[in-house]
Amino acid sequence: MHLQYQVEGGNFTKAGLASSDLKRVLKLLNVDPKIIKRIVVALYEAEVNIVAHAWKGAIYIEIETEKINVLLVDEGPGIPDIEMAMQQGFSTASAVVREMGFGAGMGLPNIKNNSDELKIHSEVGVGTIVEFTINLNNEQ
Amino acid sequence: MKVKDIVSHLSARVITGAHSLDESAEYCFASDLMSDVLTLRADNMLLITGLANVQTIRTAEMSDIKTIVFVRKKKVTPDMIELATENEMVLIECDYTMFKSSGILYSAGLQPVY
Repeated sequence: MHLQYQVEGGNFTKAGLASSDLKRVLKLLNVDPKIIKRIVVALYEAEVNIVAHAWKGAIYIEIETEKINVLLVDEGPGIPDIEMAMQQGFSTASAVVREMGFGAGMGLPNIKNNSDELKIHSEVGVGTIVEFTINLNNEQ
Repeated sequence: MKVKDIVSHLSARVITGAHSLDESAEYCFASDLMSDVLTLRADNMLLITGLANVQTIRTAEMSDIKTIVFVRKKKVTPDMIELATENEMVLIECDYTMFKSSGILYSAGLQPVY
């Protein structure tokens, strides 16, 4: 099954719509609730990252029998140092993002904690690609 | 602890989800930082927060949190109620501080997440 969503940079009222819809789909597919939680938390973190940092983005999701693959592609400032961005507590978030309860430098590490595989590619001034995979049959 | 007992202990007001007052929570987490809430794996959890916006409800949705207590006299907005209703959540407003609310519920038997 293939799902696709568009994400608007800076619009916090819509942040989480894709994650919410994916949760609905995964429930219908009878996926284990603990695995659903890992998937939607990882996607929500990544979705909020696009809203918080990028100008716009797209989410492409492939649901297979054994695993789910989530690809997020954004157009934005990019991440100059991915290794630093992966460190818990490092953040470049604005005051607005922090007022929404985010921007504590915990998003990318939390995506890693919830996924079985995570890849990040970024080009400064162009954008960032985040791809993660979560196995649907074995609990972490 | 049943939701109706949480409301009673905190002298609080149920804003939406009054039909779920017999549901119960075993654990509790108090934070204004949604990034922290999203790291938790516990189920059956109550959230105490002073952050009243739509992303608080979204965070609860993703974290399978069904009951939220808004402390420090924070007001729930209509768009928060709409999203909470879609997700069958209970939203509670409380005039106490986060510290006082947490202390009361801890003494009454709610468990910390860690």
